[in-house]
Amino acid sequence: MPYFPAGPRRSRIGADDVKAPDFDYCRPESMADALALLSLHADDAAIIAGGQSLLPILNFRLAAPELLIDIGRLDELKQVTEDDEFVEIGALVSHCDLADSPLVGRELPLLHQAIDHIAHPAVRHRGTIGGSLAMADPAAELGACCLALDGAFSIVSVRGQRWVAAADFFKGVYETALQPDEILTAIRLPKPAPGTISIFEEVARRRGDFAMAGLALVAAPNNLRIALLGVADRPVLVEQTMTLLTNNPTAVDEAVALIGTEVDPLDDPTYPPAYRRHLVQVLLRRALSRLPQ
Amino acid sequence: MSTKHRRISLTVNGEAVAREVPVRLNLVDFLRHDLGFTGSHVGCEQGACGACTVVLDGQTVRGCLVLAVQADGCAVVTIEGGVDDDLREMFYTLNALQCGFCTPGMLLSSAELLRANPNPSREDIREYLSGNFCRCTGYQAIVDAVFTVAEARRS
Repeated sequence: MPYFPAGPRRSRIGADDVKAPDFDYCRPESMADALALLSLHADDAAIIAGGQSLLPILNFRLAAPELLIDIGRLDELKQVTEDDEFVEIGALVSHCDLADSPLVGRELPLLHQAIDHIAHPAVRHRGTIGGSLAMADPAAELGACCLALDGAFSIVSVRGQRWVAAADFFKGVYETALQPDEILTAIRLPKPAPGTISIFEEVARRRGDFAMAGLALVAAPNNLRIALLGVADRPVLVEQTMTLLTNNPTAVDEAVALIGTEVDPLDDPTYPPAYRRHLVQVLLRRALSRLPQ
Repeated sequence: MSTKHRRISLTVNGEAVAREVPVRLNLVDFLRHDLGFTGSHVGCEQGACGACTVVLDGQTVRGCLVLAVQADGCAVVTIEGGVDDDLREMFYTLNALQCGFCTPGMLLSSAELLRANPNPSREDIREYLSGNFCRCTGYQAIVDAVFTVAEARRS
C-alpha cells in the first residue's frame, strides 16, 4: 500500500502555499488505541511519528489524509534490545538515538555509517527508523541497510502481528507491504557473524541531500551481500554480483562490470540511467577497496 | 472541540504558554504568529534550509517539520531565549552574518555542536551546519566564527 492517501496535486501556488492541508489529529496513549483508531479510519488516515518525511509531503499538498494518528509518544517503540541472535530496534528509535547507541555501533556498524548520510542533525533528531522504512523512499539509506543485513519487520494491526522480510517489504516508490490498518513496530536484524565487515557508500550532490546512488555491503565469512539505493523504485539486492564476490572475493573488475549490467535505474531527466549505473560501479569499487585484502 | 483544533501547553523560552491551535499549524508559524517570536525564520517549509531551527526538549529541530500540537508538553527554546554569548559575539566580530536570515538557525546549530564536540575540526563544523543554508553564501566566516569560539574556550 502507498504510505499516504494521495491528494490532488495543485498547479496553482496561492497565499496558503507550502502549508499542510486541513486534517484531524489524534495522539493515542497506547498502541492498542492507535491500532483501533487506524482500523476505523484506515483508508483516510496517515501515521505520523517524527514527521520528517510526511510533513514536507503535506506542506506540498502531495497527500491529503483526513486524520493524522500521532504515535510519536509511544515509548515502548523506542527501545533497542538484543538477544544472542538478533538486534531489535523499535520503530520510533530516532536516527540520532540509533547513532548514539553503543549496541548498534558494536553489532551493526553499517547503520552508523549510513546515518551520517541521512539529512542533517536537526532532522535526525526527529526522524525515526520506522518512519523512514514505512515511507519507502527509494533513495532512503536504512531500507537498503535492512536489506543488506537480511532484516525483518514486525507489522501489527488489530488483526494481530506478522513478520515480513525486508526483501518482501518494499513494493515500489513509497509503496510497501503494509496494509492500510497496519503499523510497522520493530525491525529485527540478525547479528552479523564474527569477522563480518560492513561498508556503506553513497553519492549525493551535497551532504545530506537525497542520494543519487548508494550501496550497503555486508561481507560475512563466506557470504557477501550488497543492497543498492536510489537506482530502482525500491532498495534492491544485486544477487549476481553477490554470488560472484562470495565465490571469488578478489574478482573486483569482474564484479564492477557485472553490477553495471545488473541494475536498471529508472529514467530520470536529471540523472540518466547510464549515469546512475556508473555511480553504482564507482561505489562498488570504493567499497571493495575498503575490504581488507 | 473539533479535533482540527487542540489546546496545547508548553514552555517557550522558559515561560509557560497555553493556546488553542489548528492542528495543521507548524511550530515555527505558531512561534512567529501566535507568540511573536519572529527570530525563527521561515524559508523553504520543506526541511531543507534550516532557517526555522528551534530547540525542542534540548535538541535542534526544523520548526517547519514539527506541528505545534506535537510540541504539546514540551520545552521550546528560540533564538530569543538566548544563545551562548561568545558565539553570538564572534559571529558579529568576524562578520559571520550578512542579511541575518540564516543566523538564528546557524547560532542554535553551532551552539549544539560545541556542546557535543568542544574540539571540532573545520570539516566537523561544515558537516554539522550542512543543513543550514546561508543564501548570502557567507559560510567561510561562519565556520571561522565557530572554530574561533571553540579555540577560545579551550585556551
